[in-house]
Amino acid sequence: MAELAIRLRGAVKRYGAITAVAGLDLDVPEGTCVGLLGPNGAGKSTTMRLLTAQAIADEGELEVLGYRLPQESKQARALCGVVPQLDNLDVTLTVEQNLLVFAHLYRIPRADRRAAVERALELAKLVDRRDTRVDKLSGGMRRRLLIARALVHGPRLVLLDEPTVGLDPQVRQELWALIDALRNEGTSILMSTHYIEEAQRLADTVLIMSHGEAVASGPPSELVSEHAGTDALEVYGGPARLAEVESEAEAVGLRTRRTGTSVAILGVDGANGHGFHGERRPANLEDVFVLLTGEEIG
Amino acid sequence: MAAATAGRGRRLRRLERPAISGVLVREVINFSSYWRSATFSSTVEPTIYLLAFGFGFGSLVSRVGGYEYVEFVGTGTVATAVLFSSAFPAMFGTFVKYQFQRTYDAILAAPVDTEELVTAEALWIATRAGVYGCVPMLVAMVFGLDPAWGMLAVPFIAWISGFGWACFGIAVAGRAKSIENFSYIVSAVLTPLFLVAGTFFPISQLPHWAQVLAQLNPLHHTVELVRHAAFGWAGWIDFARVGFLVLFGLLMWRIAIRAMVGKLVD
Repeated sequence: MAELAIRLRGAVKRYGAITAVAGLDLDVPEGTCVGLLGPNGAGKSTTMRLLTAQAIADEGELEVLGYRLPQESKQARALCGVVPQLDNLDVTLTVEQNLLVFAHLYRIPRADRRAAVERALELAKLVDRRDTRVDKLSGGMRRRLLIARALVHGPRLVLLDEPTVGLDPQVRQELWALIDALRNEGTSILMSTHYIEEAQRLADTVLIMSHGEAVASGPPSELVSEHAGTDALEVYGGPARLAEVESEAEAVGLRTRRTGTSVAILGVDGANGHGFHGERRPANLEDVFVLLTGEEIG
Repeated sequence: MAAATAGRGRRLRRLERPAISGVLVREVINFSSYWRSATFSSTVEPTIYLLAFGFGFGSLVSRVGGYEYVEFVGTGTVATAVLFSSAFPAMFGTFVKYQFQRTYDAILAAPVDTEELVTAEALWIATRAGVYGCVPMLVAMVFGLDPAWGMLAVPFIAWISGFGWACFGIAVAGRAKSIENFSYIVSAVLTPLFLVAGTFFPISQLPHWAQVLAQLNPLHHTVELVRHAAFGWAGWIDFARVGFLVLFGLLMWRIAIRAMVGKLVD
């Protein structure tokens, strides 16, 4: 078995009466990208904070790169890069100064610091912008800098918390290419996201979280075939018609989910449409996500 | 590369120099972008006090406590400058950095613990206070304060006092629910301490109970030490005052760390 970059067993984190993480088991094998997928409030960000010891677990075993948390967290953090959900760059400093500060914080020896900053600038495609103040950068450039800052010391494990939230599709694709390149170099990645396409494209394994627990995990394609079958049928109509379709499907033992404008009947495999009429499409991770985490946001 | 600096099996200690110097480097680089405003507020305010009291009040009384009034205020406002360049930036700066800029989230994701972060921030602010604290004394020299060798000790006195006040400010920020909470601390704690420190009038004018309380005021000891540095040391009692400031610094340092761990680590 491959070494684990992250190993959580029964991790619990409570905030007063609220249990944000409720007995989570999580494995990130070295060199793989694991996507943490879940609706808002599922406990993804708390899990990320546990991994840097910015939150201390109430129960459970937590290991990052072989170091036990929270006792040995500082050693683990020296080998990790963290891309936070909220931009926390020093906005009055230049691009290069931001990278230089983190080259110091990550203890890169003096002789290697220059080269590390240069490499990060190239990675983020910000070589021409090295002297630009961060508050003069576009949103996409700031995100790239935020990622490059986390990579300046060549970490073995990168934690990405909602790396593309709030960005337009072009910028998102750019970042996906960056993350994919990182994975191809053998860096272990844990990425939380609520964009299903992001998880499907980048993650070797997806772990779906709901109410602080893992409800399913596996490679995206296996999760889809296991939980949603191969094909889905989208049936459109008014609210009354949709409710009718739902009960008819239930009657013949098929699972459904609402998409907002239609009812998707899942598991309509082969040529047999069970007599329903609608648009046939391949089942996807979103079907699994909604099936497992519920149709309504709690 | 990173593996070489923090290899497996090597247990990292508390308060490591690379962590503290990393945070200091961030402050020094940032300082290059705001040194003008920081220098302005930290020097102009005490200078205004010096001029207003020195000339306004000084025209009514020529000598106070055995000194020319300009000399008395010129040395006393060193403590004011220390307070203004340590407690206030520590309170507001710390709050802004964790609440609005989320800087501390970024730093704590690196191999830096809260204890190291707080220590580095306090060291940095203390150093600024050590420099800015000397400004009123230099201004007073223009208006007739005679230079003395003992004045070379003033930056160190200002540094020790500034460290304690920086930690005090960080602790307040760590406990504050909102930035408005600072008003309570400024009105109920800092203003009284600032007024009964012996800066503008000798505390011997005050009722006995206030004189006793003033002995617990770190600003009062700062004022006395600066005056003695300028006009002649008073022997063992000055050592006791330094000891008091060191204890104040150490106590506030631990309180600040505890407050910030509570704020930054869930």
